[in-house]
Order: sequence, then C-alpha cells, then structure tokens
Amino acid sequence: METLTFSSLAPIFPELFLACSGLLLLVIGVLRGNVSTRFISWASIIALLIAITIMLGQGTEGESTAILNGMFIQNNFTTFMKFLVLSGLIATIALSIQYLYDDNIIKFEYPLLVLFAGIGMMIMVSANDMLSLYVGLELQSLSLYVLAAIKRDNVRSAESGMKYFVLGAISSGMLLFGISLIYGFTGSTNFEIIGTTLANELSLGAVIGFVFILAALAFKISAVPFHMWTPDVYEGAPTSVTTLFALVPKVAAFALIIRLLFIPFAALSDQWFEIMWFLSMASMTVGAFAALRQTNIKRLMAYSSIGNVGYALIGIVAGGEAGIASVLVYLALYMVMTAGVFGIILSMRRDGHGVENISDLSGLSQNSPWLAYTLALLMFSMSGIPPLAGFFSKFIVFEAAIQSGLYFLAVFGVLTSVVGAYYYLRVIKVMFFDEPVEKFDARTELPRKIIVGLSLAVVVLFILNPSPLIDISALAVSDLF
Amino acid sequence: MISAITFYLFSAITLLSAIMVITAKNPVHSVLFLILAFFNAAGLFVLLGAEFIAMILVIVYVGAVAVLFLFVVMMLDISFGDLRKGAMQYVPVGLLAGGILLFELISVFAVWQFAKSSETNIASPTPDPKEITNTEALGQILYTDYVFAFQVSGLILLVAMIGAIVLTHRKRPGVRKQNVADQQARTQSDAMEIQKVTPGTGI
Repeated sequence: METLTFSSLAPIFPELFLACSGLLLLVIGVLRGNVSTRFISWASIIALLIAITIMLGQGTEGESTAILNGMFIQNNFTTFMKFLVLSGLIATIALSIQYLYDDNIIKFEYPLLVLFAGIGMMIMVSANDMLSLYVGLELQSLSLYVLAAIKRDNVRSAESGMKYFVLGAISSGMLLFGISLIYGFTGSTNFEIIGTTLANELSLGAVIGFVFILAALAFKISAVPFHMWTPDVYEGAPTSVTTLFALVPKVAAFALIIRLLFIPFAALSDQWFEIMWFLSMASMTVGAFAALRQTNIKRLMAYSSIGNVGYALIGIVAGGEAGIASVLVYLALYMVMTAGVFGIILSMRRDGHGVENISDLSGLSQNSPWLAYTLALLMFSMSGIPPLAGFFSKFIVFEAAIQSGLYFLAVFGVLTSVVGAYYYLRVIKVMFFDEPVEKFDARTELPRKIIVGLSLAVVVLFILNPSPLIDISALAVSDLF
Repeated sequence: MISAITFYLFSAITLLSAIMVITAKNPVHSVLFLILAFFNAAGLFVLLGAEFIAMILVIVYVGAVAVLFLFVVMMLDISFGDLRKGAMQYVPVGLLAGGILLFELISVFAVWQFAKSSETNIASPTPDPKEITNTEALGQILYTDYVFAFQVSGLILLVAMIGAIVLTHRKRPGVRKQNVADQQARTQSDAMEIQKVTPGTGI
C-alpha cells in the first residue's frame, strides 16, 4: 500500500479546500445566524473562485493522476468539467443572493448546501471507482433535495422536494443494485479493472447491472423516459434553486456518464449505443412537443432542458473524440445561455412577488426594452438561429453525428429543433406583439446584470472567435481515449 | 446439521416476520415484527461468521432505528387506515412491475458466472477469520484504502444533518426558555423593589 503524504493529495486540493471552507462558513453561520446569509453567499463565491484558481494552477501534462487507492482521478477532462461546474455554481449563487432576500428565504444554509452539492459534483466528475461515484452522487443529490424543499412553508416547494427525494432514492437504489451486479461479476469496483475484465469476457449479469447503472444516471440528466420529475421539480422549487438545477448538476452527470461509457463499459459499446440512441431520440421528441403547451416559463425551461439533453446525447452516440468534444461544447454553451435566461426569469417580479407565466411577459418590449431584447437574443440562440452561439453548439453536434454516419439522428434532431423553435419564438412574440401588462419591479442588482451581460456577450460574440472553446474541449477529450 | 437447522429457523422467522410487518393491522405490531426480523437477520450474519455486522445490526437498527420508528408511530397522530385506503389500487401495477423484475433477476442468476479474473481482481479479500477478528479486519482497510469514501460519507451525514435542521427547525416566538446566564446575572435590585410603607397610608 502506498503511503499517504500531503503532497500526494494535490489533485484533490480544490475539493479539500471547498470542504474546509464550507465547514468554516458553517460555523460562522451557526454563530451569527441568518443575518450572515449575504456574507456567507459572497464568501462561498470567493471560495469557489479560489478553488478554480487552485485547480487551474496545478495544470496537467496530459496525464491522468489517480490517487487515494485509485478512487479519485485528475486529468484535463476532469479539470474542464470541474471548471464548468464551478463557474456554474458561482453564477447560480451570484444570481440568487438578491432573490433569497426578495423571496424571504434568508437562510445561511442555502449557499452552504450549494457549496456541498458542488463538492459532490466534483467528486462525481473525478470518480474512478464505483464507491467514489456513489458517495459523490449522494452528496450532490442530498444537498439538492434539501434545496428544492427549502421554502418549506410553500406547498409546491415542499412537494417538489418530496417528489425529487422519492424518485431520487429509487434511482439511487437502482444504481447500487447495478453496481453490486457489476462488482459481483468482475470482483472489483475500480473503473480500469472493470474495463479490462469486461473487455475479456462478458456475461448477461454484467450487462443487466450496467443497464441499471445507466437508468439511474439517465434519471439524473432527466433523459426521457426518466424525465417525469423534471417539470414538477423545476416549477415547484424556488426559482433560484431551479436555476441551479438547470445549470450545474447535469454537467456533472454528463461527465460521469461519458467517463463510465468510455472507461469501464467501453467493451459494452454495442449495447449502450442502442440505449443512448433511444434516449436521445425520445428526449428530443418529448422536449420539443411537450413544451408547446406550457404556460409557465419554468416548466417551459424544464422541457427545454429535456430536449437539450437529447441533443447533447447525440454527441455521445456519435462517439469518438469529435463526438465527445461536441458534447462538451454543447454543455458549456447551453450553461451560458441558461444562466442568462434564468437571470431574467429571476427578475420577473411584480409588486414584490415573483411571477412565472409566459403571459406575464406580454409587451415587455415597451415596458423594459433592455430586458426584452436580451431575452429575445437568448431565445433566438436557444432555438439555434445563426449567427448566435446556440446555432454553433447544435451545428457541432449534428456535424459529429453526420461524420459518424448517424444521418437519421441528425435529420431528426434538426426537425425537432424546428418544432422547438416555435416555443422559443412564441416567448418573443408575446414580448413584442402582445398588449403590455403591468411593469415589472424595476430593481435589478449588479451581480445579476453582470451574469446576464456575460451570457449575452458570449452568445452574440461567440461567432467571432469560436476556436478557443472548441480547442480546449478537444484537448480535454484527448485524455479520455 | 445443527447449523443447517439454525439457518432455516432464522431465515424462516425473518421471512415470516417481514411479511407480518407489511400485513399487520396495528402499526405498533408492525414495528415489533420489524425488530424481530432484525434480530433474526443478525442471527444469520452470526452464522456467516460476520459477528461485527450482526452486532451493528442489533445496536443500530434495533437499538436506534426501530425504537425511533416506535416513537414516531406512537407519538404522531397519523391515521394509518387512511394511508392504506388508496394503496390497494396500486397493487396490480406493483405486482406487475415486481413480477417482471423477479423474472429478470431469475434469468440473470440462473446463468450467473463470475469473470475468470474476478479472483485476482479482488482488492481486499476476506481474511481468514481464525487469524483476525472481523472488527480488526474492517478497521485495517476502512481507514486506509477506503479513507476517501469514508470521509465523503461523513460529509453526506453532515449535509443530512443540516438538511434535517433547515427543514424542521422552527423558531417559536413566545416560548419561555431557561437562560442560565440571565438567571445568574439577576440581582436583588432587578427583581425587588423595597418601599417604605408608612403606617396608615398603604402603597
């Protein structure tokens, strides 16, 4: 057994730092009470920024370092995904600070639960062993269940937390069952050892175990047919929590799925190809058609996220370096666009109450033109209209699909995104051509403006220089194969 | 021979009491049957030579979890009859899903085989119980090879605790609480007022 020294733990320093600062802030919060909510939120943002700095400062020379008995791995791929996760968390907390005060959820535990969920997601991304996969996933999910129900006196928030918890517990059960079948067959929980064992021989039991694991993870990314919880949870949870759900956990779950499919279960690619193909098709269809009739903008975004998961899955089905790199680009741009859209949804307040129906946006172009034009650009981008960033993310994914000969999937994706364009454009139509209703409360504070501004800048200016993101994701993926 | 008899005895009682847990009309009886099931499961673990898990099962599950259930059942005013009313309509779907799952599992385990390399893959093989006790063997790997999973489990428990407090703790206004420091700091002048009473006038 290798001896454990402090310097050998270098790859896990960002997580260790976040865990320690989380504990410290918890003590401060307990001593000072809920008045310290704003301080703890900003302190969490700073802690996340420092974690990014530590992570990027280490750099990797294109090599995977596995530590802690092979349970935790660090390479360019994990660094890229963790960068996405951490910046998503920073955006979420920055967007929600004012919302917490507006909506009277002044609890110092809120940013801390986000922080602990973040540690769980980073462990998921870096998991190299079924045990660390499971503990990371549970740390993340448990924090998210509590966050969904954090407005406990509100029936819908409590209901969404309960629904998420029960379904999440079932998916955890399936995951554990699958892991135990895989462990039973191969005698190991380590990803690499499972990979080599399965490459040599296969049995029905291992395939079934793998399908159980995949079903549980499909639940986490809300791919159809495991998507039932998404609209209800998105609608019921406080909007700031919905922002978190929309931005971050799926990135971590995608990282986990990609690593699982290409390292331990690479030998089962014939089996998972069909499963992922179906998940992708079904998610795109449901995402496009079910969103048509929604009147609540949070539900609309829920179905939109289901559809977008379908598009991202096309890249996984296409496989190979180009396919996975396209998934990473897609996830990064989707996160940027969603952050902007939710920044605006969080600002939809009238008489001190949040409103969330699409009809509440009527005539926004006359009441607050800046808001309306920003949301219009973001919606154009989400529906994939050139030259905005959303067009490129879809284009890259479809291109990868065509290169792998998946013509049907690519054509189908284009068709569903045409259907999807209808409901994005409907929001624009409501904003610009409907009779104006009452104005929104005017106050929007600086952090939210900055996040929305950054999101808009990326969406509009991505066309000028798309190569850095594409190059970095190609570099990140090269560690995977 | 004797071990076979005890095995069948323990497992039969475990199964029967498990069935009673879900069929008993009185929820208190359900919890008591659950405790019986835990005890018998512990007996099965002892037969397997896993005395540590057996004792943990008795201490944690019987000692803490089941007693907590008993508290919940007895203290909270939940009408279990109402809860059970709607449950019957889901039985056919439940049986169907369970039946399919059972069929799948039987078909998996009927053709089950271990990978040839699984013997060599095992990271921490079970040591000979004659040379080392269960507790010692677990301790040797839990805090070394698996320290990462152990620590993250600690974080999970912390989050669970925070969650329980966030979702249930309420500040009740108007509740009189004892504050020892205030009591100690109280002086004669805070609590009493001495007035001179002149005879015949009153206060």
